[in-house]
Amino acid sequence: MKLMYFAWVRQRIGTASETVDAPAEAATVEDLVAWLKTRGPGYAEAFRDTRAIRFAVNQEYVEPTHPVAAGDEIAFFPPVTGG
Amino acid sequence: MAVRVQEADFDIGRELADLTAGNHAIGGLGVFVGLVRDIAGGEAVSAMSLEHYPSMTERQLAEIEAEALARWPLEASLIIHRVGDLMPGDNIVLVACASAHRQAALDATAFLIDWLKTKAPFWKREETPEGARWVDARESDDAAAARWSK
Repeated sequence: MKLMYFAWVRQRIGTASETVDAPAEAATVEDLVAWLKTRGPGYAEAFRDTRAIRFAVNQEYVEPTHPVAAGDEIAFFPPVTGG
Repeated sequence: MAVRVQEADFDIGRELADLTAGNHAIGGLGVFVGLVRDIAGGEAVSAMSLEHYPSMTERQLAEIEAEALARWPLEASLIIHRVGDLMPGDNIVLVACASAHRQAALDATAFLIDWLKTKAPFWKREETPEGARWVDARESDDAAAARWSK
């Protein structure tokens, strides 16, 4: 799956996007976040408070309980501030 | 009906003229222009940069525009949003809706900018004397968007 990070999530993790093979138990967005937090201090810092993060799967907003699958594009970012 | 995301500035007069050109069913044009301020939260802002998620931005803006078209009898609409590095006084966003009468034009314009501010994946970063900071989302923006859900 392709992961994308924006704004301060991107800065804390240190990359804008990456392709990962997540473990099978990472079946939902929140499971995926739990796994990502184990990948290093930048991830742990970025995902420390997931209430401050919005999630999109294949360019649509989703809740943390939304399922994820290989081939999905999953994005993590703070609440939007355009306009 | 058009949505554009671009680094370049836009000419408000020319965009509005193009939007209404040749359509004499239009009797009213609602317009919102967002600009970069030089002060935010009591701090001076010397520059702003705007980041976005291109594929999702296009999709969200197209969905928001389709929703406006479903709710109001619009003859034409336009959303232009800039990204990249901006300075105080620069244009950020242009939203315009044209209809036969003013109420639909004005309401649809307010709806589009309210929804854009809470759904379209753009993020602002401001340069201040204390350093650069990501702009926080405002609850008042959520409240403004929520009034259209009633």
